[in-house]
Amino acid sequence: MENVLSRVRNTLNLIVLAAVLVAQVIGLAVQVKRPSDGGTRLIRVWAISLVTPITRSIIHTQDWFTNSWRNYIWLRDARKENEELKDEIAQMKMQQIRLVEDAGQAHRLQVLLGFKEQYISQTVPAQVISTTGSEFSRALYIDKGAKDGIAADMPVVTPEGIVGKVLRVFPTSSLVLLINDPTSGAGVILEKSRLQGILKGQANGTTVMNNVMSDEKVQPGERVITSGGDRIFPKGLPVGVVSNVGPGQDLFLNIRVKPAATLNKIEEVLVITKIEDRTPELTPGDNGPKRAIDILAQRLPTVAPPPPDKSAATDGAKPTTGTAATGKPAPELAKSGAPTNSTTASGTKPKTADSTASAAPRKTPLADTSTAPKPVKEAQAVPAVKPPAVTADKPKDAQPQ
Amino acid sequence: MTISQAKQERIEVYKFNPAVTIGVPFVALVMQAFIPVKLSFFHAFDLPLIVTIFFAVARRSPVSGCLTGAAIGLFQDALTHQPLGVYGIAKSVIGYAASSLGAKIDVENPGSRLLMTFGFFLIHEAIYITVARYLVAMNLTWLWGRELRDAFANAVLAVVVFALLDKVKQQ
Repeated sequence: MENVLSRVRNTLNLIVLAAVLVAQVIGLAVQVKRPSDGGTRLIRVWAISLVTPITRSIIHTQDWFTNSWRNYIWLRDARKENEELKDEIAQMKMQQIRLVEDAGQAHRLQVLLGFKEQYISQTVPAQVISTTGSEFSRALYIDKGAKDGIAADMPVVTPEGIVGKVLRVFPTSSLVLLINDPTSGAGVILEKSRLQGILKGQANGTTVMNNVMSDEKVQPGERVITSGGDRIFPKGLPVGVVSNVGPGQDLFLNIRVKPAATLNKIEEVLVITKIEDRTPELTPGDNGPKRAIDILAQRLPTVAPPPPDKSAATDGAKPTTGTAATGKPAPELAKSGAPTNSTTASGTKPKTADSTASAAPRKTPLADTSTAPKPVKEAQAVPAVKPPAVTADKPKDAQPQ
Repeated sequence: MTISQAKQERIEVYKFNPAVTIGVPFVALVMQAFIPVKLSFFHAFDLPLIVTIFFAVARRSPVSGCLTGAAIGLFQDALTHQPLGVYGIAKSVIGYAASSLGAKIDVENPGSRLLMTFGFFLIHEAIYITVARYLVAMNLTWLWGRELRDAFANAVLAVVVFALLDKVKQQ
């Protein structure tokens, strides 16, 4: 009798187990069949609503204690660190001067070429309050949600590099899918070789750049940046560094990328909430650094252009750079360091042509103006810029205007 | 009659306060989600699985173990970005198996707890990866080194957690 009861009990247990499993399998099948129904399932909302307030309060309390300790009590080595930071600032200022010039030049070129640039116009800082708790789901919860203007598919970054994108948004929190999750993907480009590919996460937590043909040469150590092709991450954000290159599947390379952001130790992130596409505008002060020669030429009186018949009669020997009014040298002049009109259409050498560097100033507008009768006073007022020195610098500094 | 009494004496069935029944799995889930923010290696642990095994073994009721596992697993699924039910299925099976095992062998001493958790962790991972690969088409691979390492780590942690949770048991 007892055996019979035991068997019945076991059978009932198995039926319950089977029912539970079948129900969940059907639930899975429904979710796989309709993956993007647009909404979030209620059980997820409940789970997030229960867990994130607790983790958020723990994180904020811990931060309060940590900040109090660090900012008011534990100030050991602060003076030394301050001095080191000052040195670093001085070095970075020097570096900044060079970068500003480069950026200005790039900006002017973009204007000339009519490039549309993507600007990150609005970001929201957020704090990581929780993980998914699963090794197979590489995602994080942040303490900003729909109420803070967060929306799905917004890029999430740190100063080091990209982190991921917003996957789900809840009222006061959001789920961020990391770039090393197998279901994530980002359009990337190799900084030097300009090869484009797709960054995918792997099951073991590494990131791999796909879609680069095996006949391409990729070196470990090359930087990887976003390409902007995925329409999520703006172009040019740091992604990581190529750590290993090997043969992949189907004539493609297997390029392993070490993410720039430390994905397993992220505490604070920036959510890019607004990206604008706009053509850069050239502002009046954005014409690049003014050269001494330009300032000098503006202050000096100009020489009236000679009559056209005369210049024709001299067989092109007259300097007709066409920049006398502005005082700017012609591009060709700048390149060669010698008058470009030294040879005529007929190929004959002009009478005034001189191949020596010292003769060059005479052909420049500056040289022309210096021979004028009255400019002496004004020329003296300009800080010491001697004509030979100016002409010697010209080939380096001069740019086509 | 004597044999039956002896058997009943051997198998102790425990009960739990409703607050403990709900609170302990919830705390385990919160800790599982929160601790990896500060300690990234904690991803290797599966506190909800350890709690599932503990309750299943203590109650020794397969139905109860299966339902507890399903509930904990579904909650864990809800925190991930993956479809609901992958952890649910894996933990339902573990809950059922742990209860069945708990009714047959002694699972009170640390050695058997260590071995039991080691084995159940591997089974759990195998079920999870199978379901994820063949039902959800997730790109997951079985890495022996990682699985064995994680199984051992979880087994060691389980011995400690079980010892702590023994204090909330009610006979």
